[in-house]
Amino acid sequence: MKIFEKFFSGMRGGVHPEGRKDLSAARGIRAVPLPGKLYVPLQQHIGAPAIPVVSVGDRVLKGQLIAAAQGNVSAPVHAPSSGTIVALGDHVAPHPSGLPVPTFTLECDGLDEWTTLDVCDDPFALEAEEISARVSSAGIVGLGGATFPSALKLNLSRGVRTLIINGGECEPYLTCDDRIMRERATAIVEGISLIAQAVAAKEVIVGIEDNKPEAIEAMRGAARASSMKVVAMPSMYPMGSEKQIIQVLTGQEIPAGGRPADIGVLVHNVATAFAVHQAIRFGKPLISRIVTVSGGAIKSPANVEALVGTPVQELIDFAGGFSQAATRMVLGGPMMGQHITNTAVPVVKGSSGILALTADEIGQDEASPCIRCSTCVRACPVGLLPLEMAAHIRGSDLAGAVDLGLKDCIACGSCSYVCPAHIPLVHYFNYAKGDLAAQERGKLKQEATKKLAEARSERLARIERERAEMMAKRKAARAAKEAAAKAAAEKEAAEKESAAQAPEETA
Amino acid sequence: MLVAAIVSLTVLGTVLGLLLGLAARYLRVEGNPIVAEIEQMLPGSQCGQCGYPGCTGAAQALADGSAPVTLCPPGGVALVQALADKLGVEADLSGVEDKGPQVAEVKEEICIGCTRCFKVCPTDAIMGAAQQIHVVFREACTACSKCVDVCPTEALSLQAVPVTLQSWYWNKPKLEAA
Amino acid sequence: MNPIAHSPHAHAPSSIGKVMLTVMLALAPATVFGFWLYGWPAINIWAVSLIAAILGEAFVIRIQQRAVKPVIMDGSGILTAWLLALSLPPYAPWWIAVLGSLFAVVVGKQIFGGLGQNVFNPAMAARVMLLISFPLEMTTWGIPSTLSSPNGLNLIEGLKITFLSQPLDGMASASLLGHVKTEFTRGIGLDQALTGYFTPMDALSGLRVGSLGETAAVLILLGGLFLIARRIITWHAPVAMLLGVAVPALVFSFIDGNHYAGPMVHLLSGGVMLGAFFIITDPVTSPNTTTGQFIFGLGCGLLTWVIRTWGGYPEGVAFAVLLMNAATPLIDQYVKPRIYGRDRKGAALPAKKGA
Repeated sequence: MKIFEKFFSGMRGGVHPEGRKDLSAARGIRAVPLPGKLYVPLQQHIGAPAIPVVSVGDRVLKGQLIAAAQGNVSAPVHAPSSGTIVALGDHVAPHPSGLPVPTFTLECDGLDEWTTLDVCDDPFALEAEEISARVSSAGIVGLGGATFPSALKLNLSRGVRTLIINGGECEPYLTCDDRIMRERATAIVEGISLIAQAVAAKEVIVGIEDNKPEAIEAMRGAARASSMKVVAMPSMYPMGSEKQIIQVLTGQEIPAGGRPADIGVLVHNVATAFAVHQAIRFGKPLISRIVTVSGGAIKSPANVEALVGTPVQELIDFAGGFSQAATRMVLGGPMMGQHITNTAVPVVKGSSGILALTADEIGQDEASPCIRCSTCVRACPVGLLPLEMAAHIRGSDLAGAVDLGLKDCIACGSCSYVCPAHIPLVHYFNYAKGDLAAQERGKLKQEATKKLAEARSERLARIERERAEMMAKRKAARAAKEAAAKAAAEKEAAEKESAAQAPEETA
Repeated sequence: MLVAAIVSLTVLGTVLGLLLGLAARYLRVEGNPIVAEIEQMLPGSQCGQCGYPGCTGAAQALADGSAPVTLCPPGGVALVQALADKLGVEADLSGVEDKGPQVAEVKEEICIGCTRCFKVCPTDAIMGAAQQIHVVFREACTACSKCVDVCPTEALSLQAVPVTLQSWYWNKPKLEAA
Repeated sequence: MNPIAHSPHAHAPSSIGKVMLTVMLALAPATVFGFWLYGWPAINIWAVSLIAAILGEAFVIRIQQRAVKPVIMDGSGILTAWLLALSLPPYAPWWIAVLGSLFAVVVGKQIFGGLGQNVFNPAMAARVMLLISFPLEMTTWGIPSTLSSPNGLNLIEGLKITFLSQPLDGMASASLLGHVKTEFTRGIGLDQALTGYFTPMDALSGLRVGSLGETAAVLILLGGLFLIARRIITWHAPVAMLLGVAVPALVFSFIDGNHYAGPMVHLLSGGVMLGAFFIITDPVTSPNTTTGQFIFGLGCGLLTWVIRTWGGYPEGVAFAVLLMNAATPLIDQYVKPRIYGRDRKGAALPAKKGA
C-alpha cells in the first residue's frame, strides 16, 4: 500500500511523520477571551513593514487601520479590538531570534467595538480589481505560513488557468485548517469563488489530505453547487507545500526561480479563502485567525480563534495550561515551525499553531557522523542531495552547496526528520542561505562604498587640479603685473587681491 | 643499443625543452591579472590602515607576497579567508579578531561639530556642518576608523552593526560529536 | 551554545545504532547456521574477530583523544568485523581474524577519518589484504563438521584448530570456485569438475564447503529481504549485482556450457549473496542515489563474474567491490537526481502560461 501510494502521489520523496492530529482534531473552534493587552507587530508579512497611522494615546476601534502598507510588497495592520494605543516600541518578535521588533501595544477597553464596516451585499458583482483592492486593504496575507500579501498574489496571477486551494495541512499536530473546513465550509467556498473571480481562473481544485475525511465531506457538501473539485490527496509530508501540491494536483512543476503563475496556477490556503470571504462580504479586515494549541505538554489541546496580538501565554492558559514542563515551545508545526523561548510573543497573522512539546515527542537529536545512507536523498521532495550539501557547508564551501542546488531547497525538514545520524541538515541549509544573503548584502555595500570613495577621490583631485590651475593663473598674472609696474604700490594691490580670494578657497 | 637510448633521450629532451622555451615566449601572460582581481576584493575605501598607499598598493603588495592576507582591518575575517583562498596561502587567523561588521557612531552629547571627521572620511559617510552634530550613514560607512582617530572629543566610536530581524540568520551548527 | 533549536522539532525513531543492530539481526540466522555447520572453530573465529575490532577501535579512538563509548556503541566496527568473519575460512587460525579485524577498523576505517569517511569497504579491504598476504591460510577450507554430528569437533578441538593451528587432518578441502579453477588448470571441463561438487539443493541449504557467509545462501537472502522490508537498504544494488553475475553467466554458459559455469553456480557460490545484500549495500562506500546504487551493483556483479571467469583468483567479490568503491565518487558525480523545476542539466524548466 505504501509503495502504491508513493507511486501515485506524484510527489518525489516525502516522509510520513507521526500525525498526532488526534490530540486536537475533535476539538471545535473556540474564541479566546479578550486579553487585557494586545501586541500587534508592524510587520506580520513578507515585504516592507507597515507604517503607523495612529499615535500613542489614540483610541482605536476594532478593525480600524493602525498601520498602512508601505510600497508594493506590504500589508496594512488593523486594530484587533477597541481600546487605547499605549505604546509603539520594541516587543519580542514571534521568531527564533527573539529580537525586538516595532510593535503596537493596545490596551483593550473590553467593549470590542467595531469600526464602521463596508458590508457588501453582492460581492460577485465586484470587478476583479475591486476584489484585490479590498483584499489588499483588509491586510490579508497567506495564512498557510508564508504570509505573502494575498492581494499582490492575486494581481500577479490574473488570468491563470487553475486555482488550487490548499487544504493539505501536512504538518503533524496542526488541525486549524481541518477545523475551519469542517465548521466554515460554506464561507470558505464563497471565498474561493471570489478568489477565482478575481483571477478569472478556469478551474478550481481544492486539495485535502485523505487523513481529514470530515473536512473533505464538509467541503464537498459546500461546493456541490459550484464547479470546483474537492480532491483527496495522499497524506504525506510536505504535501501542503506550494510546489508539491501543484505537482500532485496538476502534474506540473514550477520552473526553478519562477512562480506558480508561470505555469498558470495560483495556490491559496483554505484559511486565506475564509479571510477573503470575511473581508469582501462583511468588510472585516484580517484581525484574527484559527490557531491549534497542542503538544504533549498541553493539558487539553484545542483549536482556538485568537485575535492577532494575543500573547501566546493566553492561548496556553485557555487550553488548560501545561500538564508537564514543555521541553520546547514551537510556533507553527513541528516540521517547519519556529522554536520560541518566550511565551510573551504575540499570535500574528502567520501563526498556525502553538506546540508545547515533550522531549519524547522531539526525539533524540544529538548528531553523529554521516554514514552516507542517503535516506535524506530519498526523502527530499525536491531531488537534492542533502548529505552532500551539508558536507560542503560544513567545510565552508557555500558555493559548492549552491552548485548542488541549495537555493532550490524548500527547507521542509524531511531530510533532518529521517536522518538516522540526527544531523541538523536544514539548519545547515538555512545557515548557508543566511550567510550567502549576508555576503550579498556586504558585497552590495562594498560596491556602494567603493563608488563613494572613488567619487570622493575624484572630487579631491578635481579641487586640487582647480587650485593648481588657479595658482598658476595667479602666478602668471602676478608675474605680468610685476614686470609691468613698479614695486611697492603694485605689491600692495596683489596682496589685497589674494586676501579677497582666500575665503572662497576654503569654502 | 646503449647509444640509441642515449641519442633518443637527448633528442627528446632537446625537442621538448625547445617547445617549453617557445611556449614561454609566445604564450606569455601579460602583466599580473591577480593585482586587479585582488583590488576588486578589497573594500576600496583607500583608508590606508594597512600602511600601503590605498587599496591598489595593498593589492600589489598582496600579489607580491610581501604583505600578509590579514592586512585589511575593515575587510574582517571574511576577506582574510577570501584572500587566502585566492592566493592559495594558509590564513593565520590568530591575529585577526573578528568583531563582525561594524560602523562608526557619533555620541551626540559629546560631538562639538568640529567637522574634522567628515573631512577624513574616505566614503563621505559622515554628514554635518560646523557647529552641528554629525551623523553617520551606516550604509556608507566601512568602519575604517579614520574618523575615530581624528575626533578631539572621542565622540566617535566603532560599534557592531545591530542585528535586526532582516539581518539575523541561523548560526552554523556545531560539529557533530564525531 | 545556542539554545534555539532549528526545525524540525520531530524526528523519525531511528539512529545509527539501530540501523547497525538491524543489520546484525539480519545476519544472525546465517551466522548461527554457520556456527552449527562448522562447530567451535567458526564460533572462535567470529568471537576473535569481534573482540579484536572492538579493542583495536577503542585503542585508536583513545589515541585520538575522543570519547570511546559512542564510537563503539554505534556498532559499525562490530558489524565490519562480523562481515569479515563471515568471509573467512572457518578453520582459519586466530591471528588471521585478529589481523583482518584490526586492518578493517584501523586502516580501513579510522585512518580515513572514522565512520562515514572511508572510501573502501573495510571488511572487503581486510579480506583482500589477507588473501594476498596469506593465500595459504585464506584458501584452506574445511569440510563442514556440524556441532550436532557425532564426529563433530568439541570445544577443545575447536580451540586447538583456531589457536594452535592444528592441522586439519583429512578435513581440508577446496571451495567450489577454487576447485573449478584448479580443475581448469588440469584441463578438466566443468561437467566433470562439478560432478559431486555442486548440486543446487546443497548450495541453497548450505551443506557444503565455504566460508561462514558463503554457505547458507537462503538465510543470507532472507536476511537481505528483511533489510529491504525494514527500509534499511533498497533493492537496487542487490538486484543489480545478482543480475550482473547471472546475465553474463547465463549467456556464456549457453555458448559454452563446458567452460563457463551457469548462473546458479555463480549466484549460490562464493560471496555473491553476502556481497549483494550486506557488503555492497554498505551506505558509506556506495553511491547516494538509487540509480547510482543500481549501476554500482551491476558493476560489482559484472566484475565479480569477470574476475571469477578470467582472473587469477577463484573468487572476485572482494576485488569487485573494492574496484567499484573506487568508482563511487565518479558515479555520484554523474548520477544526481533531477531537481524540482529543473531539467536533468540543471536549467530551469520553461514557463508555460496557462490562458
